[in-house]
Amino acid sequence: MAYRMHLMVCAGTGCVSNRSLDFRDALQKEIEKRGLDNEIQVVTTGCNGFCGVGPLMVVQPDGIFYQQLSPKDVPYLVEEHFLKGRPVKKLMYVPPETKAPVPKMMDIPFFSRQMLIALRNRGLIDPENIDEYIARDGYAALAKALTQMTPDEILTEVKISGLRGRGGAGFPTGTKWEAVKVAEGEPKYVICNGDEGDPGAFMDRSIVESDPHSVIEGMLIGARAIGARWGVVYIRNEYPLAVQRINIAIAQAREYGLLGDNILDTGFDFDISVSKGAGAFVCGEATALVAAVEGRLGEPRARPPRLAEKGLWGKPTCLNNVETWANVPPIINRGGKWFAEIGTEKSKGTKVFSLVGKIKSTGLVEVPMGITLREIIYDIGGGIPGGKKLKAVQTGGPSGGCIPTDMIDLPVDFETLTEAGSMMGSGGMVVMDEDTCMVDVARYFLSFTQDESCGKCTPCREGTKLMLDILTKITEGHGTMEDLESLEEVAKIVAETSLCGLGTSAPNPVLTTIRYFRDEYLKHIEAHKCPSHVCRQLNTYKIDPEICVQRGHGCGVCRRECPEKAIFGEKNQPHRIDISLCSKCGTCVDMCHFNAVTVE
Amino acid sequence: MPKLKLEDLAAVREKARKAVSLRDGAARVRVTIHMGTCGLAAGSRKILEAALREVEGHDLRDVMVTTSGCAGLCSREPMATVEVVDEAPVKYVDLTEGKVKEIFTEHVLGGKILQQYALAIGSERTY
Repeated sequence: MAYRMHLMVCAGTGCVSNRSLDFRDALQKEIEKRGLDNEIQVVTTGCNGFCGVGPLMVVQPDGIFYQQLSPKDVPYLVEEHFLKGRPVKKLMYVPPETKAPVPKMMDIPFFSRQMLIALRNRGLIDPENIDEYIARDGYAALAKALTQMTPDEILTEVKISGLRGRGGAGFPTGTKWEAVKVAEGEPKYVICNGDEGDPGAFMDRSIVESDPHSVIEGMLIGARAIGARWGVVYIRNEYPLAVQRINIAIAQAREYGLLGDNILDTGFDFDISVSKGAGAFVCGEATALVAAVEGRLGEPRARPPRLAEKGLWGKPTCLNNVETWANVPPIINRGGKWFAEIGTEKSKGTKVFSLVGKIKSTGLVEVPMGITLREIIYDIGGGIPGGKKLKAVQTGGPSGGCIPTDMIDLPVDFETLTEAGSMMGSGGMVVMDEDTCMVDVARYFLSFTQDESCGKCTPCREGTKLMLDILTKITEGHGTMEDLESLEEVAKIVAETSLCGLGTSAPNPVLTTIRYFRDEYLKHIEAHKCPSHVCRQLNTYKIDPEICVQRGHGCGVCRRECPEKAIFGEKNQPHRIDISLCSKCGTCVDMCHFNAVTVE
Repeated sequence: MPKLKLEDLAAVREKARKAVSLRDGAARVRVTIHMGTCGLAAGSRKILEAALREVEGHDLRDVMVTTSGCAGLCSREPMATVEVVDEAPVKYVDLTEGKVKEIFTEHVLGGKILQQYALAIGSERTY
């Protein structure tokens, strides 16, 4: 009998870590117990994108969206909705503004404002079942490319689409393919860069987890265009689920003869191997990645020669990011012109962003290029929680820049973000509210890039260290105006003289925060104060004697919890902090139930 | 699994599409079986199963069978609502498995409303 209902349970990494697989198993068991297993199919899908409210499930064909599910919800849910047909309101998404549950997925602004190309199959197919990918036009683009198009025609179509590299630099994909195609040397290679190392970014992981075949099909088409026989998927080992799913997908594609010799009986041969990265951020850089695949130390080298001329094993190599490859099949299927109609003049198509930080709806969003930051943050992301004000948005990962509130009406594309001192990067988007200290943010990102700097070139190795030291000094209240000047100077030198993208972009957080939030630096240096009270060494803690006695009756929690024994007082008496003993750890603020401890 | 040729790929697609088309949420006809307590007591589960058998038997890919609660006329259960896109919904009452078969051949496939089983055309106003 045909199924009347499909229950699409999200099994992306976010939901799995919230035990969505336990929920799925309980659901399957209950459905069998109720004798509904002939009518209702439970499908395990990849990441749905709305990670902030997981574990989640979409009920089709009605499109009912359930969130924050746990095994204990199962009996009621099955009886009410799946047996009696009454959708369960208490498990639906409730927008904080309206307080009214929204039953349908497409009525939730987070989903309705998105445009899915790279993520076209997310949540709609079982990523471990190749038939479901094929059902949604999977491998149709490959069939078209192999039988109805010459390699040159494929290349032309990709050029017409205006697709640019989604890994960060935004290099035109068609131009890159052409360079590899015309380069001397055989064999040629294609590589998929899945070494997504930015803190807070999970676009590539999500694509591989939810739709691995889209990447394989993109690589097949690219290989056909440039004349490659072998491909490598380089993926970080910290993404176990993605590694598992790409391996399953490759095995299934081989079984169907979609990888291997004589693909679809057309005489085209291509196969893919998987190379697992060991977690070095610098290996996301193309030349370092190639070195790692070859089994050498993951360090970048000077360019030229570019990878298109001397790549893997010294042969012409075409390296693209996961998201770039995933965009290729729809471009071939629907034509480059269709793709080029989406987006802005120079940035075509859509871009996937991972929306994180101080934002109500955390998750993965795919939006057309040219959308404003305001639309992403407020219309899709639902704004800032707790009634706080937006202070800045950090785009492009740890080496992107911070864009201030008054610039959030900028359209998001490669050029605009670069002009603003930031970058598209791979698509990380960290939202910061008014409680964020921008000096501390710069220090945090520098601590990351300094740690990840491979040490091969001097400007990056010494420069990131120097910048981090100065920033730490400023956040501890010992900074001088000369420090600020040298910070800017070092930042500019590192940006100009580093060997690879890691070093040239590492100063971005420093330079943009100085450019847009100079006053915060000045307050740290001149007044020795952190306006957001984040840099604790600059804070002065005081206990309001009235609140302490009237509301708290001198409860003494702060006195007991203070690790320095710097708080004195008796029960029912006002307590006080001895500043000379205080280490400014802030424990008293966190522990006081009556908000009697103030920070200045 | 033998290696696919071009025509095999199309065949796999056709077969798999049937299995996943439900997830598109788009349908030409939507058949809602009313399954409140009254409906269930009157045997609406058998009606649902009959409807699903029809979908399977006729290989219907543009017909969605779904369930909902009580339609408000408990004495005439089992009930079902048939909605053809751009047409007013039709409520059928006092259903049997045989009637479901007829409704599918005549109304869902043939576009002809079966007046003798229908209660009314249209829906209540909702605010």
